[in-house]
Amino acid sequence: MAATVTTDSTEVFDKKSWMGGVEPMKVSYGKLMMWFFLLSDTFTFSALLVTYGLIRFSFPAYDPAVHGAFQFSDLYWPIPEKVYNSVPFLHGVDLPLVFVGIMTFILIFSSVTMVLAVEAGHRMDRASVEKYMLWTIIGGFAFLGCQAWEWSHFIHGTDNGRMITDVVTKEVRTIFGANLTENEYGPAAFADLFFFITGFHGTHVFSGVVLNILIFYRTATGLYARRGHYEMVEKVGLYWHFVDLVWVFVFTFFYLV
Amino acid sequence: MAGHNYTHDHEEVEIAPPQTKAIWRTFYILGGITAFEFLIAFTLHASILKTSIFIGLTIVKAFYIVGEFMHLKHEVKSLIWAVLLPCMFVVWLLVALLIEGESIFMIR
Repeated sequence: MAATVTTDSTEVFDKKSWMGGVEPMKVSYGKLMMWFFLLSDTFTFSALLVTYGLIRFSFPAYDPAVHGAFQFSDLYWPIPEKVYNSVPFLHGVDLPLVFVGIMTFILIFSSVTMVLAVEAGHRMDRASVEKYMLWTIIGGFAFLGCQAWEWSHFIHGTDNGRMITDVVTKEVRTIFGANLTENEYGPAAFADLFFFITGFHGTHVFSGVVLNILIFYRTATGLYARRGHYEMVEKVGLYWHFVDLVWVFVFTFFYLV
Repeated sequence: MAGHNYTHDHEEVEIAPPQTKAIWRTFYILGGITAFEFLIAFTLHASILKTSIFIGLTIVKAFYIVGEFMHLKHEVKSLIWAVLLPCMFVVWLLVALLIEGESIFMIR
């Protein structure tokens, strides 16, 4: 386990070991730790999405031959494109997955402006870093706004709602939208998972936006120009791309499959 | 921190031209795949084939985001594997719990 090789009186460092002053994986300490943080975050999100898979598989899937024409019911798991089919200002128009597609493009685009900021940072182009960080922040807020609308629509529900018979009181009533105990779209677990997974992702987007604002501020005040490098933009960029990456998975497993 | 190099706040330092070709290429690929996913979502009926196409395309998208945007493709091998190997256990968890979910369904 000798980390240093001593020859006569001069100490020669083994470049592959952590002895300070060397970067065994050719990345700085901060960047490496960001990677490991993101790895741990990957496990958190994987656990949530795997839970979604487990619970979904434990409920029957909708089958036209058995259940007839599709309607919301807690007998089977709802089809996502029947639940997420609304777009702001187009009330009552059936536009499956269009809004969530717009959200996906917003997030991919803000990821692009983030790489452009990192690229500008490599060239020490302070004005461009500021410009692209600002675009990234705008993209983040746009996404959060869309998600707020999506949640509000999900919570308030459709015009007609769904008639249910209460398990305990046997009373028949109509429920609209969703909360954690019951929802008009399907089994209670469906809405619970929606709130947990998109909510946890939204929290990540929000903290990403806060970090982006901090980086923008420090760029604008010239801190990184004085420091001589824009590595902080890269580190926060890693986090921001990760948020985009998670959305790609949420989009597939929650909305498409 | 002895070798800290504080350069002054000169605006007139020459700035290299931007190298953004690869970035936009990645963006077009990601956008194209997402558009293709929409096409599949409305043309194919639910089946194992459809699900596998979606999962395959998602992994391709993940590859471009992590490889190009997060620059992992251009890092040293030990870092690439340090990040990728632990993620492979997720696949194990996924398969194990999907089988578990299937058997909960059977018992109900």
